[in-house]
Amino acid sequence: MKSCVIVFPGSNCDRDLATALALVTGTAPMMVWHRETALPDVDLIGVPGGFSYGDYLRCGAVAAQSPVMPAVAEAAKRGVRVLGICNGFQVLTEIGLLPGILMRNQELCFIGKAIELKVKKEGSSFTSSYEDDTQIRLPIAHHDGNYFADDETLDRLEGEGLVAFRYVDNPNGSQRNIAGIVNPERTVLGLMPHPERAVDPALGPTDGRPLFDGLMQALS
Amino acid sequence: MTVAMGEVTPDMAVEHGLTSDEYALILKLLNRPPNLTELGIFSVMWSEHCSYKSSRRWLKQLPTEAPWVIQGPGENAGVIDIGDGLAAIFKMESHNHPSFIEPYQGAATGVGGILRDVFTMGARPIANLNALRFGAPDHPKTRHLVAGVVAGIGGYGNCVGVPTVGGETNFHPAYNGNILVNAMTVGLAAADRIFYSAAAGPGNPVVYVGSKTGRDGIHGATMASAEFGEGSEEKRPTVQVGDPFTEKLLIEACLELMATDAIIAIQDMGAAGLTSSSVEMADKGGCGIELDLDHVPCRETGMSAYEIMLSESQERMLMVLRPGREDAARAIFEKWELDFAVIGQVTDSGHLVLRKDGAVVADIRVGPLVDQAPNYDRPWTSTPTASEADAADFPLPDAAERVLERLLASPDLASKAWIYEQYDSQVMADTAAGPGLDEGGDAAVVRIHGTSRALAMTTDCTPRYCRADPERGGAQAVAEAWRNLTAAGAKPLAITDNMNFGNPEKPAIMGQFVGAIQGMKNACQVLDFPVVSGNVSLYNETDGEAILPTPAIGGVGLIDDIGQHMTPRLKRAGETLMLIGETNGHLGCSIYLQQLFGEERHRPPPVSPASERRNGNLVRRLIIRGLVSAVHDLSDGGLYVALAEMAIAGQIGADLEVPDDLPLQAWLFGEDQARYLVSTTEPGEVEARAEAAGVPCRAVGRTGGDALTLNGANAISLDTLRAAHESFLPELMARAR
Repeated sequence: MKSCVIVFPGSNCDRDLATALALVTGTAPMMVWHRETALPDVDLIGVPGGFSYGDYLRCGAVAAQSPVMPAVAEAAKRGVRVLGICNGFQVLTEIGLLPGILMRNQELCFIGKAIELKVKKEGSSFTSSYEDDTQIRLPIAHHDGNYFADDETLDRLEGEGLVAFRYVDNPNGSQRNIAGIVNPERTVLGLMPHPERAVDPALGPTDGRPLFDGLMQALS
Repeated sequence: MTVAMGEVTPDMAVEHGLTSDEYALILKLLNRPPNLTELGIFSVMWSEHCSYKSSRRWLKQLPTEAPWVIQGPGENAGVIDIGDGLAAIFKMESHNHPSFIEPYQGAATGVGGILRDVFTMGARPIANLNALRFGAPDHPKTRHLVAGVVAGIGGYGNCVGVPTVGGETNFHPAYNGNILVNAMTVGLAAADRIFYSAAAGPGNPVVYVGSKTGRDGIHGATMASAEFGEGSEEKRPTVQVGDPFTEKLLIEACLELMATDAIIAIQDMGAAGLTSSSVEMADKGGCGIELDLDHVPCRETGMSAYEIMLSESQERMLMVLRPGREDAARAIFEKWELDFAVIGQVTDSGHLVLRKDGAVVADIRVGPLVDQAPNYDRPWTSTPTASEADAADFPLPDAAERVLERLLASPDLASKAWIYEQYDSQVMADTAAGPGLDEGGDAAVVRIHGTSRALAMTTDCTPRYCRADPERGGAQAVAEAWRNLTAAGAKPLAITDNMNFGNPEKPAIMGQFVGAIQGMKNACQVLDFPVVSGNVSLYNETDGEAILPTPAIGGVGLIDDIGQHMTPRLKRAGETLMLIGETNGHLGCSIYLQQLFGEERHRPPPVSPASERRNGNLVRRLIIRGLVSAVHDLSDGGLYVALAEMAIAGQIGADLEVPDDLPLQAWLFGEDQARYLVSTTEPGEVEARAEAAGVPCRAVGRTGGDALTLNGANAISLDTLRAAHESFLPELMARAR
């Protein structure tokens, strides 16, 4: 599996995602600076967490205008897998690869802690290595993770089985407890929790690891 | 050389915080009156904050050397060798005054400033910690300050992408008018790639990088060197505004440039901005610096030389580059979209010479500006020895388990989850033990990236001890830091100190400082725990009321195998609890007396660094040998509180034995030092090893169940204890909304 990680000014989980990908796949991903306009030939594009451009505007809005993003959108259209984590999820909604938007957390505070999630497989390679309906524990660390979309979109997401991750105890006010969604082709995943922080047994639980294992199986 | 003159009067010197003697010395050194820019430069360089004029002679007494110390105090941060070609670089620094005036920005820029001190030396920052002291919970300003400080620390640290992994928070009325925000950063660098601040090589370019210079923060250092009174909030314009996004870019750009050989010297612009950075670089290098202020990137037009030199705008660095490397360096900073400007050159004149609009606007000899800075031997009086508390005078006012419940809900012992859950403690994906006891420990544990080793880190101080007995308090702060690192399984290596005190011109306050230094010195010596960096914050007084003397200690230790790091949460039922260290039931200055009797005037527990060393070395060996499954150091609240914390975190109950040779309250809540509570399946082996090491050790209970009991009675459920422990801060802060 060949992968790359997009780096915006202000990305700060780029190294974490690269480390996790290297650990699981055995190959370090290529790091792609946001000013590039073409992408290397890869099976997976990672859009990492952080505060792209400081997120002083709506989170992810400036990164969505970055020179590299048209190439990401084009690759996604071709079926290249795209994984957006935290700020990466926000960026994917801003460029329209995923519907909805991440608003400020309901309590208006940053939340950094481990939370419980329910995983739905629904035929996606991102979740294929999890047991269906299993409960996992992953860290969250965000100020703007409150998922919002209109009812019609939410009904469609649920009806088509596109909600991959749901909060067990909703921490941020997200509509219908949504923590992560895939596109109808199930090639693009955006999620607020950080699976890349939960892959190494030296640091604690490894509930993020199956996400990368599933990708590895599908793409190798 | 003719220097542009202005109308400077002795009154203006006083307005700049200089005494008449200090002004007279300036006249003598210059052999003429200073102009306004020069007066500004002298005033900030000779401020307490920059010159350490009241504390210098005392700080010199602290032990600063050990075979593993690469750089002790005097540089931007301390550097220690941690083996395998790596160095840990760390420091703690206060941002007290600005955080009281404008809590969000004050705390945020405190984090930004300490990060710069560490990455200036070539380190990638890997962890932040914060030691916070607020006023009484019911003081009208407290909630506003807590909310602002916590949001500011999170707002900066989370964005910049360095995990906030630990710290401590106290509440006490003595901080009503002066909160303390002490921020610590730990970084990692290659031991042979440390960057220093000494300028060298006449003709070499002096380069400014980072953010533009604005009119913010002018006189910040001077403000931090005076007491507060009525109208302190009007000093808000002296507080800087932080931009963590720019700091993140600055870290990446500096580390990228540091991977080349372009840099000769580098210094961040912190307190006193361009003034102190250029003066320190020139002084350390024994050379001169000439700056053309027309080339300084400015945020607004029409800034005067005075404003440019005294601005404390954030996220700026000053560097001396090897000649010919300017273009390569510029390309890196342009990639990261940061300002880059050659603003001057190193000279051999020994003078700081500033030009603006073609004229020389300041010309000061660097040596005397630094060497002749006032160095006061302030009069001091020792704190009178406090009386010992007799346990018989302070009987349990309620059932023991109800007292425990009250103590766990008290401000200093209550869970701080409301605070640390606003921080990203996991970014960089190397945090093995973060804040809080549920998933963390007595010290935070952060893996050294790409290895199986880890650094342990902690901040500690018990200010009420320090007021009752500064010497014991100073020693206890060092000992507790050493103990917390040990309880995590680390070998303690070195400390940074953040000395927060009141007005040093008062002999009683100066006596607190002297006493604390004495206690720290003894503990550091015996524990082989040198001071490698630090910061002093004086004049923490409002309307004549001083804070509790607070020598906050930041400790760093090394864990050779991250798989062996230890935490306090109970892991299994049916284990034996063993108390290591001697218990005399010392109740003086305890949380028990403070919370239930309103007393904190008695003598705090004695500190024996030799016992600390002996007991701690045993505990570390037990951890490494795998003989214990949980370890917690005993501090505030004593044995019963420590056991409750271990049980709550592990969701496993325990029964505690009650001996008949001590009053119950003394056994449960006494705060004797050098003690640990451990859980083990091999009590015989633990006991034998303790005996061989000459360490007092006794079985005191067993784990199991879902409640705490005393000799099988006095049951209190873990759910009740957890509810008490977690209620204080959410309830307090909910009232703020």
